[in-house]
Amino acid sequence: MTSKWLGSFLALSLLGIAGAAVAVGPPAAPLGLPPVAAPADNPASAEKIALGKKLFEETRFSSTGKVACANCHATDKAFTDSPLTTSLGINDLTGTRNSPTLLNAAHFSTMFWDGRSPSLEDQAMHPFVNPVEMGLKDHEPILAIVRSDPEYSKAFKQVFGKTGEAVTMKEVTQAIAAFERTLVAGNSPFDRFYFGGDSAALNAAQKRGFDLFVNKGRCLSCHAVEQTTALFTDNRFHNIGVGINEIQTDVPALAREFLKTKATMAEVDIKVLSDKRTSELGRLAVTRTFEDIGSFKTPTLRNVALTAPYMHNGSLKTLREAVIHYNNGGVTKQGERVNDFLSGGIRPLDLTDKEIDDLVSFLESLTSLELARSDKAGRKEK
Amino acid sequence: MRDFNLSRRQFLKSTAAVAAAGVVPTSLVKVALASPAESFTFAYISDAHIQHIKGTSFVRNWDRGLIRAAAETNLLEPKPDFVLFGGDLAQLGTKAELDHGAEIMSAVGYKTYYVMGEHDYYLDLGEYWSKLFGPQYYSFDHKGVHFVVLNSVLTFDDWTFNRWPTAEQRMLEMAGLDNPNGSPFMVGDKQREWLKANLDKVSKGTPVVVVSHSPLQKIYKGWNFWTEDAEQIQALLKPFSKATVLYGHVHQIHYNQIGNITFHSVMATAWPWPYPQSYAQAQHHLPEITVPINRADPFFERDATGWQFIDAATGRVTMRYNLYNNTGRTVAFNTTTGRPEDRIYQDPARRILPQLHY
Repeated sequence: MTSKWLGSFLALSLLGIAGAAVAVGPPAAPLGLPPVAAPADNPASAEKIALGKKLFEETRFSSTGKVACANCHATDKAFTDSPLTTSLGINDLTGTRNSPTLLNAAHFSTMFWDGRSPSLEDQAMHPFVNPVEMGLKDHEPILAIVRSDPEYSKAFKQVFGKTGEAVTMKEVTQAIAAFERTLVAGNSPFDRFYFGGDSAALNAAQKRGFDLFVNKGRCLSCHAVEQTTALFTDNRFHNIGVGINEIQTDVPALAREFLKTKATMAEVDIKVLSDKRTSELGRLAVTRTFEDIGSFKTPTLRNVALTAPYMHNGSLKTLREAVIHYNNGGVTKQGERVNDFLSGGIRPLDLTDKEIDDLVSFLESLTSLELARSDKAGRKEK
Repeated sequence: MRDFNLSRRQFLKSTAAVAAAGVVPTSLVKVALASPAESFTFAYISDAHIQHIKGTSFVRNWDRGLIRAAAETNLLEPKPDFVLFGGDLAQLGTKAELDHGAEIMSAVGYKTYYVMGEHDYYLDLGEYWSKLFGPQYYSFDHKGVHFVVLNSVLTFDDWTFNRWPTAEQRMLEMAGLDNPNGSPFMVGDKQREWLKANLDKVSKGTPVVVVSHSPLQKIYKGWNFWTEDAEQIQALLKPFSKATVLYGHVHQIHYNQIGNITFHSVMATAWPWPYPQSYAQAQHHLPEITVPINRADPFFERDATGWQFIDAATGRVTMRYNLYNNTGRTVAFNTTTGRPEDRIYQDPARRILPQLHY
């Protein structure tokens, strides 16, 4: 399969998911995004993607038979579970972290808020067996289903040429990842303005907001915009004073657990999702370096207006609250104690109320046009 | 499953490699010990440059650097036996700055030894500093190692006492790094005599660590990376089989071997020397400097600053630099070559090339 073909398929597939009946464009990534690169050992095909989508929506892969990947990454909620603060797993158990969007996750260099997983394929292994997510003891129940269910058997044979015992979690997660790589969404008013040369695509407030985003607001340093594309993330990890601020006096005791003994990533996976205070240590649990105390991955800002609440713990309800947190230099309420390990990039911004409004307006211009339409349609129906 | 597991293993492996290179106290590479009981570590924080603006307002960037270093030393495992503060706690030597700095340092959960820096000294010639921290030069013994702390930032009496109309101006003149009105640092006769008497009582096989603010070696006079009577101090250290000199002031990593003496510098928590010419967006409070240079990440205020912890296992120092936004480094004495070497980057082929475009 050529990459050209893949590009056009990806663009098409997003439009399909977003529910807009739009004709095929030229074979290219959406405006403002680079092409998606699939790993060499997991090339995409239409059949693999369809299988991945079916697996993604499968509720039988949870201990209660009610939770699918799609529960927390819902198509009609920009692949999050907005407006939930933290996600609901089996038996309505809640984890510690806010469901991140899968839109453009194809472009993330690590997965999970603390980056403990290196790829979409690897990431897909973990929620199945996390006790507060899908709650399986191991992956065997999944394999039993995909090896015996006639529809799955047929699909795995067609996609991977494998049946029975030869079907493993490798094939399952490859199919899911192949589907997730189709979830790309660019083409926002900002993209039309910045990459498409349409000066009318942003209103005056949004244009002022973009200037603040680049300059006084210092947003651009982590939410990156390149010359021809923009992921709005640096794919790095920063302590911005969210979460960690709540456990400041406990950091030594909580951190010692990770600094003293090396936990496996499977242990980290369970620990950080089941204990809120441990969760706030962020990437320290993964790298065990001081630099990563309380640090979390920079999320993309694309479609951010659709994915409230914000931050790894969903603690900020609105975009305005998020901007105010940064404006205060890493504290949600002015005057609160700044945490000792705050990233060196975070400092008070001295933005006026009007400038905060402008920045929020700009963030609202990052919604893909296709999603904006379906969001509007969805709201009208309700 | 093989491919799948492979990528995961590689990921974990690379994570571990980063961790080992960074500051992970539990994965320290231990030097072969003469006696395990003598092994110990200590942390070294330096050059905080706490700077008063007015009222209760201090430069936030410098505050954050010291606050962070203090908090991180408290997390070290195994715990360090003590902490050294390497001088320049204050920017202009005022009570407000020294008090504020001492308050931040009070978060450190270990016995702390202080070294005098020129920014602490030249307003009141160390009077208030001494009230807070005690003598300006002293020695102590720890687990078989003899430590000596010197005030190396003195200079000619004429410059100190006769040149300037006010103490404030004297302080400002010495605070400029490349100010031609400055004067070379020195330990001076009185302290050298004390040092000689002090060292006479120490057996020559005892490891000696001398701590000063300015380098007790001559690097560059124009920036006072310099101690005028360095050779005389070096001569006093010559009889010792293991002698190490640690210094701050330079805000960058140095290491060197002169005869039997091993030299290491420590990083600043405030700012790196040199640093970029311009620093946009906000008033920056960086001192003026005439030598421009680029810096990896001007956005990230802790970039190119750091602190260090030190393993003095064999009486030789293994210096581990905790460098924000960068890969940590370890400089240790190589018994084969007889000099300090960077554990990773000594080999020119492994060095990271400088950035050549902007």
